[in-house]
Amino acid sequence: MVVDELMSYFLNISDSIKTTFKGMALSILYFFNARKKRQKKYLTDENYHEKAGGIFTVQYPKESIPIPDNGRYQLHNEIDDCIVCDKCAKICPVDCINIEPVRSPEVFGQTSDGTPLRIHAAKFDIDMSKCCFCGLCTVVCPTECLTMTKEFDFSTSDILDHNFSFSKMNEQEIAEKKKAFNDYQQQKAKTALPAIGSSGLASKKPAIKPVFKPKMPKKK
Amino acid sequence: MISFLFYLAFLLLFVIAAVYAERKTAAFIQSRLGPMEAGPKGVLQTIADLLKMLQKEDISATAVDKFPFLIAPVIVFSAVFAGYSVLPVNAGLSGSTIESGLFLLLAIVSLDVLGILMAGWASNNKYSLYGAMRSVAQIVSYEIPLGLSVLSVVIITGTLDLQKISFLQQGNGLPDWNIVQHPLLIFSFVIFFISGLAESNRTPFDLPESESELIGGYHTEYSGFRWGIFMLSEYGMMLLLSILGAILFFGGWNSPLPNIGGLKLYELTSGMVLGTFWLLAKALVLIFVQMWLRWTLPRLRVDQLMSLSWKYLTPISLLMLFICAVWKWWLMS
Repeated sequence: MVVDELMSYFLNISDSIKTTFKGMALSILYFFNARKKRQKKYLTDENYHEKAGGIFTVQYPKESIPIPDNGRYQLHNEIDDCIVCDKCAKICPVDCINIEPVRSPEVFGQTSDGTPLRIHAAKFDIDMSKCCFCGLCTVVCPTECLTMTKEFDFSTSDILDHNFSFSKMNEQEIAEKKKAFNDYQQQKAKTALPAIGSSGLASKKPAIKPVFKPKMPKKK
Repeated sequence: MISFLFYLAFLLLFVIAAVYAERKTAAFIQSRLGPMEAGPKGVLQTIADLLKMLQKEDISATAVDKFPFLIAPVIVFSAVFAGYSVLPVNAGLSGSTIESGLFLLLAIVSLDVLGILMAGWASNNKYSLYGAMRSVAQIVSYEIPLGLSVLSVVIITGTLDLQKISFLQQGNGLPDWNIVQHPLLIFSFVIFFISGLAESNRTPFDLPESESELIGGYHTEYSGFRWGIFMLSEYGMMLLLSILGAILFFGGWNSPLPNIGGLKLYELTSGMVLGTFWLLAKALVLIFVQMWLRWTLPRLRVDQLMSLSWKYLTPISLLMLFICAVWKWWLMS
């Protein structure tokens, strides 16, 4: 028993010396490795997950790690290609897209993929402070004009500056277009055919029963 | 008197540089960059911190015991700094020439425990008191192996005067250092260094401060300049023990370069200025080892701390004292 205790005493001493030296050797290795900087790598690069020696810190505003081109950060709308279909605003789970459409009396242009433009975007605002970066709006966009870019640093000191406005129209133009459409509507009302309701169709009940109406049990 | 003034100025400059060096060492060991903003590579960081600290309000809480609270930092610093009075600077500039210089140093430096206890008690804060109690237990325990390992050197050199110990290692550079002349002293040096770390409350023996559990321990309640004095005395203690270690084991102000044949390297690299340089360079190397240790080893538990001192360091240093005495007797005969 005494021998055992004595043995463990000396084992403790040799253990602590060994472990201390091992730890010290490891930390001085890191100290000398600090002359180097960690290489900047993409996730897709070879050896990305291998142990990287050297300083790890990236002094952000002065230098940054490269962002892949398919990074999904700030939203961008190519307004010339936008048909103002409002799909993005409808799908947005946090309602951060705010659109004000102004209809046009006729087709006034074409998007780059050939879709006719019929609605002016008087307002196309995306509030990035509300955005949850789900990317649903870019999925539903029929003309692929709404995309996520690799720009990630858009911090501002005022939260209102996070509201990005994409519409190119000014007040005067909006008023003009609104007036043009109103005139067109009035013109149409004058020259319109007699309303459908006057022929007695409107008084009829709708032919199709709404399917979602629950069946009520018939009273006996 | 001149050595005292020299060390006062040097200590203040050293603290500014050492805090920066400590942060950089920590950063490099952890693969970080450390301070980078103030000045090129962040060299002005400590000065900026110092200026900020001096502007801070001198807060003392309502429940503190005023008199001991205010006087504690002064006691700690003066106890530590009084230790410098016996340190030589170079061959021509010795400290106070007291016959029992080394014992005076050890005795007066251990008074800082009084200041720490006062600070912890007067703060009227349970964590501060914990820190102070731990500090007292620790410093009193480690005083013994420290004293015994210093005593081994005293037995071999036969004097308590630090300047005489330096002169005994003069002559031929590295081969004349105590630790090379008497290789047994390597063990004594290791014990001296470990207990020195504990005396100056450095990691892995920083239980009194324990930033993570006691939020600074005995100096939690201090702010501004008074806190700065605690910081200054901590670094002062580090430097004091490093200089003492350099004098006792590594030849003091003697140049490490030996004479090789006709090439009188030792004589070339000796002198007033170079002597001072060698002493401080050796001390700074030991300081670096302290910092390196700090960022390597985790903090000890209280029972581990006590068992290290009483079960391991004290018996081994007693044994070393005996072996050194036999060695000296063998050298004499």
